[in-house]
Amino acid sequence: MKSNRPVNLPLSTVLEVNMKSPVAIASILHRISGIVVFLLIPVLLYILQGSLASEADFNAIKDSVFGAFLGRFVVFAALAGLIFHFFAGIKHLLMDFGIAENLESGRTMATATIAVAAVFIVAAFVWVVL
Amino acid sequence: MKSATSFSRSGLSDWILQRVSAVILAVYFVVIVGWLIFAGEVSYTAWHDFMTTTCMRIFSLLAIVSLAAHAWIGMWTVFTDYLTVRQMGPKASFIRLIAQIGMGLAVFVYVVWGIMILWGN
Repeated sequence: MKSNRPVNLPLSTVLEVNMKSPVAIASILHRISGIVVFLLIPVLLYILQGSLASEADFNAIKDSVFGAFLGRFVVFAALAGLIFHFFAGIKHLLMDFGIAENLESGRTMATATIAVAAVFIVAAFVWVVL
Repeated sequence: MKSATSFSRSGLSDWILQRVSAVILAVYFVVIVGWLIFAGEVSYTAWHDFMTTTCMRIFSLLAIVSLAAHAWIGMWTVFTDYLTVRQMGPKASFIRLIAQIGMGLAVFVYVVWGIMILWGN
């Protein structure tokens, strides 16, 4: 069966339409944050390993990772990904229970998710990086 | 068999696993970050004592196993959405298989490494 649906729309068109929708933005950020966290798990395991190995290793991690801006920034990136994924996940679970599935309520909850996550991400930046 | 690369070979089973693992990981995240916030300036002794209690070791192992399932299902969803013939051309299935194998290997390393950290110290 031949489909007449347009496919392979230019990225500019895709972005133009979707950037107007908090629902779409929350959805793609849920995916991106998941990928970011997946890729940064080795960093978190590395820190966990050092922090538990011995007091000397604990202090070495403190100096090397948390003593450098880059180290703190990578930890912040992982934390930011976790924070967004956490709130987007709660939104997803609520929707599994039938909450905020209408157009209006869905938009409201997507906007709220982005706003709440943003607040916590800023707090994480202050906590970890500064 | 319609699905060879999903986590549990069943969409329904993947669906429920994704949600159960999500709740476990969410609670674990809150516990760890909450402890770190309330601990203030973290000392090695306090951190080590907290993380090596039997309770936390089991919880951490549960989180690692949950992460394996959650990441597998999530990455599978992403791969099957974007690494498609429409997006990538005729080599899509091959590219997706390679990505899937690479992801599976990474998940395996995370699990083994996590167990080494939790039960080796």
